[in-house]
Amino acid sequence: MDWSSIFPMGMAHYLIGGLLIGAGVSWLFVSTGLMGGASSFLTTVWTYVTKDERFNTSSNVSSRTWRNVYALGLALGALIGVRMLGLEMNVTEVSPWQLAIGGLITGFGVRLSSGCTSGHGICGMALLDLDSILAVLVFLSTAIVVAHLVTAFGGVA
Amino acid sequence: MKPIALLQVLISGMLFGLGLTYATMVQPEVVLSFLNFNDFGLLLVLGGATTLTFVVYQLVPRIAKAPLFATKFSTRPANERSRTLLGALIFGVGWGLSGVCPGPAIASVGAGNWPVLYALGGMFVGAYIQGRFFSAK
Repeated sequence: MDWSSIFPMGMAHYLIGGLLIGAGVSWLFVSTGLMGGASSFLTTVWTYVTKDERFNTSSNVSSRTWRNVYALGLALGALIGVRMLGLEMNVTEVSPWQLAIGGLITGFGVRLSSGCTSGHGICGMALLDLDSILAVLVFLSTAIVVAHLVTAFGGVA
Repeated sequence: MKPIALLQVLISGMLFGLGLTYATMVQPEVVLSFLNFNDFGLLLVLGGATTLTFVVYQLVPRIAKAPLFATKFSTRPANERSRTLLGALIFGVGWGLSGVCPGPAIASVGAGNWPVLYALGGMFVGAYIQGRFFSAK
């Protein structure tokens, strides 16, 4: 098997990066007992600006502080990677409308689903949660179909 | 939450963000390259992260009574299956269009991948619309 045909950029940085991500999610659990997906942050920040009870649930309000800190850590870790460790980062050329509309749909979907690539993908699958495993299969499938359609119609890929 | 525990949350998030950057996941092109079957690296990232987390989630609660800086291990909150799967279907459409999911969207701000702010902004608005207009409670 010619691995370079399916991993043209190599495999090591993907595996090492994945293990670092796993180390972060694992340390969160070992040190605090929390399970950290990223998408809840999109809801908990709204508890600061709206009085709507659908946002201000007790779990959203009680978890918002650590979710803020977790999100800050995500940005800070990336900052350290690029600025101090010199990791290469190319500014995206995906069109703003693709990013904005895609983001809007993503925000809607992950809140309805209560999880995203990290919540269902990493945490849920690590728990062998059937619904999370099904969710991953569903969002991978639809994303693959949509990305192929965008490519077919000339979008950035 | 105690300050010492919040510090662990920060460290965890930093490892997560560093890993996303190391794995080039803060670049939507790399994600779209996977979704278009040109480079399967994303599966190595997801596989590596999930395998390590699986071992820790399964083993640690059996050998330790409590986390280091808290009183108990939590679980993921339950959600109706129909909501979970319909949400996943919708999320997949957005992800396939942009190549950006929530974790990398946040990390991209730190990485300086500024156009991804369009995606992050969209996500905040999308989550608000879902909660405000399409959520019973």
